[in-house]
Amino acid sequence: MYSDRSIEVTDLTVAYRDKPVLWDIDLNVPSGLLMAIVGPNGAGKTTLIKAMLGLVRAAAGQTLIYGKPYAEQRRLVGYVPQRGSVDWDFPSSVLDVVMMGRYGALGWIRRPGRRERELAFAALDKVKMRDFADRQISQLSGGQQQRVFLARALVQDAQIYFMDEPFQGVDATTERAIVTLLQELRAAGKTVIVVHHDLQTVPEYFDWVTLLNVRKIASGPVNDVFTEENLRLAYGGRVSFLSRANGSAPETLAS
Amino acid sequence: MDWHILQELFTDYTLRTVALGAATLGIISGTLGCYAVLRRQALLGDAMSHAALPGIALAFLLTGSKTPLILLLGAALAGWTATLVMMSIVRMTRIKEDTALGFVLAVFFGFGMVLLTFIQKLPNAAQAGLDSFLFGQAATLVERDVITMAGLGAVALALMLLFWKEFKLLSFDPEFGASQGFPIRLLDILLTSLVVIAIVVGLQTVGVVLMSAMIVAPAAAARQWTNRLGLMVALAGAFGGLAGIAGALISAMGRGLSTGPVIVLFISAIVLFSMLFAPNRGIVWNWLRRQRNRRRLKLEAVLGDLYALSQQHESLKHGHSIEVLRVMDARRGGVQRSLETLETRGWAQRVGVDAWTLTPEGKHRAEQAAVGRYG
Amino acid sequence: MLAPQLEIQLIASVIAAACALPGVFLVLRRMAMMSDAISHTVLLGIVIGFFLTRDLGSPLLFIGAALTGVLTVSLVELINRTRLVKEDAAIGLVFPVLFSIAVILISRYAGNVHLDVDAVLVGELAFAPFDRFVVFGYDIAPRALVIGVIILLLNLMFITLFYKELKLATFDVGLAASLGFAPAAIHYGLMFVVSVTAVGAFDAVGSILVVALMIAPPAAAYLLTNRLSHMIALSVGIGVISAVGGYWIAHWIDASIAGSMATMTGICFGVVFLFAPERGLVALARRHNRQRWDFAQQMLATHLLHHEGTPVADAESRIEHLTRHMRWAPAFAAQVVRRAISRGLIYQQGDMLALTEYGRRFASEAILR
Repeated sequence: MYSDRSIEVTDLTVAYRDKPVLWDIDLNVPSGLLMAIVGPNGAGKTTLIKAMLGLVRAAAGQTLIYGKPYAEQRRLVGYVPQRGSVDWDFPSSVLDVVMMGRYGALGWIRRPGRRERELAFAALDKVKMRDFADRQISQLSGGQQQRVFLARALVQDAQIYFMDEPFQGVDATTERAIVTLLQELRAAGKTVIVVHHDLQTVPEYFDWVTLLNVRKIASGPVNDVFTEENLRLAYGGRVSFLSRANGSAPETLAS
Repeated sequence: MDWHILQELFTDYTLRTVALGAATLGIISGTLGCYAVLRRQALLGDAMSHAALPGIALAFLLTGSKTPLILLLGAALAGWTATLVMMSIVRMTRIKEDTALGFVLAVFFGFGMVLLTFIQKLPNAAQAGLDSFLFGQAATLVERDVITMAGLGAVALALMLLFWKEFKLLSFDPEFGASQGFPIRLLDILLTSLVVIAIVVGLQTVGVVLMSAMIVAPAAAARQWTNRLGLMVALAGAFGGLAGIAGALISAMGRGLSTGPVIVLFISAIVLFSMLFAPNRGIVWNWLRRQRNRRRLKLEAVLGDLYALSQQHESLKHGHSIEVLRVMDARRGGVQRSLETLETRGWAQRVGVDAWTLTPEGKHRAEQAAVGRYG
Repeated sequence: MLAPQLEIQLIASVIAAACALPGVFLVLRRMAMMSDAISHTVLLGIVIGFFLTRDLGSPLLFIGAALTGVLTVSLVELINRTRLVKEDAAIGLVFPVLFSIAVILISRYAGNVHLDVDAVLVGELAFAPFDRFVVFGYDIAPRALVIGVIILLLNLMFITLFYKELKLATFDVGLAASLGFAPAAIHYGLMFVVSVTAVGAFDAVGSILVVALMIAPPAAAYLLTNRLSHMIALSVGIGVISAVGGYWIAHWIDASIAGSMATMTGICFGVVFLFAPERGLVALARRHNRQRWDFAQQMLATHLLHHEGTPVADAESRIEHLTRHMRWAPAFAAQVVRRAISRGLIYQQGDMLALTEYGRRFASEAILR
């Protein structure tokens, strides 16, 4: 049986050359919700995701996915890395890239076949990119590239999705498409962890938020945690713009 | 020029061996070079091939054997060591990759030269031929060499095909691969080893100095023609093999045409041709496309201008001076040619010496275009 | 006339110094591989110059070769601008072509001349003292030494005259451009200097040693200092040491002089790589080890502080918790606890750990840092 906690992080500490990047993080994420990880630049947001996925080595601590270490639960996890982390001039079509999401399930040596193509097309439908299936990936706009990455994660058919800055530099259409997709995922009972930059949209898009600045500042339901005081703790003095902001969610900010 | 050379390809043993060897090396380095180029390791190939020299010399010093397999093994080990040294310098210090590469290249090669001069003083004459690795001497290839090359190459290509999906993932998005549980470091080591094999296989034919070109050039040429990894790898293999055979033949035709440089010039010519003329990416292709677009836009603009003028006169009978159209075009030129094109399409007609008007068909087109643009 | 032995060392030292000067900027500007490309392609300039003048001693050869160096750089940049291949591939495409042309020209048309392709790579330093520079019947010095000194002086002049510009264009291209320093001019100037140096050094020591002398000493110096002026001086010093040391190794084991010098630059770099006071591997490992324990104690202290007074404090402060949740090996955890206790950060009650007052202060400071 699954516990109701999808992710359980205990005492996670990561250091690059003895400089702590993440300091003793404890985190419990209930399943079936959308969580944003926010914090200033250099707060360790991406590192937190990568450490949970076992992509960077932790100096201490561990991550449990539905009660078991990540290595045993890989099939339950989908990952959307930052768009800028790959070379988009790579000789590959959109369909090719999306099918890469099935490689893990295929295991060694077996090649993707018809089933994988069908899954990939279905995922491309969900992000409204089916017409682009045969396009070379360098011919896509930034938003389209992002949607291809989302489709690649969707074919992983996971329970938990980790997304690193999916809203970074995308057009309005793509932003709406991603939001819709996130809501569909939540409706299907999936958990989605998103590294997010835009504080304004946090209350609108997410249920749960973790404020991070090397240490965990706070983590919990947006309404409880996304307060001005916590934001000031996370961002230092640099959060003043928030009180001046047009207030997409003034009630949560009025602490 | 002596075109009997093609006939000799089938009758002359030496030429056949050399051509086969060069083709084999071209195919292997072309195919595996794609990964080196796509993973931005083009110059690593240069460093590896230079670094192979001490390996060859040491293998000979230690075993006293000139068996190709042993020499190539030494070359591969040295190439690998150089790669490791390079990577540890980059990882552990603030020295950047280019410096680490140049350092490894020069120091390993220098050490290789020390060993070579050492070997040259040995009493037994068996050392002859080792310095053919410097610039490559395809003429020294014998059947045994070609068989070794082909055997090693076949193993490397088989592994590449076997792990096709994994190598593709590794080259495009290694972190995503790692998140799916693939041992990316291991795959990296395997793929780099295959590239090392590709390099050492070509050393005797092309030499350490020019070997990097055989890694980079076929892949660079193939990339221009296709957007698919599979096709790119196949094309690069074909280009490499073609350059190998052509190089062997051309160099057999004339005095003083060493095989290595000729092969390199041939493959470089393919690169140049591809960069200029390949569809979609080629420079000339793009230039032509831009010209065509510009002409089309000009045509639409002139059509629109004529339409605007005809609207003022409410009759298609009234001719409009080409001078007026030129002014409306801000004198960017090409109005005359656009009008002539419109005339051949039956969208405009001449009603005087230099007076033009729209045909009913042209008016219809202009209205459609306006709807398309603003509607 | 000096003894040939001494003259060889003198030539090698002068050339090493001359190479190190532009080498520093190549290394800092991440263009080290350009020296590899240029040192190969200058051969084409020499060959063409030779066909035009039929005289290997002509200064035209020099100019021709330096121009091919600049041509190499321009071709690489031209290919880069098409964006059809990656930057590193562009270098790998250009220099083999020019070098191949040169090799074919030599072997086809210059068969019997003193242009030997093997010598291109490793030079003929051993014979350098016998090629004399004679003026009005007076034997001044070996030709290679005269050329080396001229190049050294030229390089010194270039670097002293444009020190400020080079420094700025190396560390902040944008600022250099906005101050009107024309980074492109500096760039091509540097490439011209590299080419001239490569040509001058080439005849004596071969192209590969040129690369070694341009890259390895500055790379080593880069690990020893943070100041540009010190880095230049150290590079020259290391270059000269490598040259002289390389000569004696070659002398003792009777092997290629250029090869031994290249090897010696590698050994010098290796020593620095291992033992540099701050950035060397040994220093790094030491610091790493010390910091590992410091860091672990900080982790332990902040962890305890973190959970102090919370409902889970009991569970979180058990020793066994360290091994189970923090994933520390038992021996490591025990060692950390022992060190933290002896430092007065924590004290132990049964199998529970608690912070001392000092430990609390230590932990909160660690968090603030």
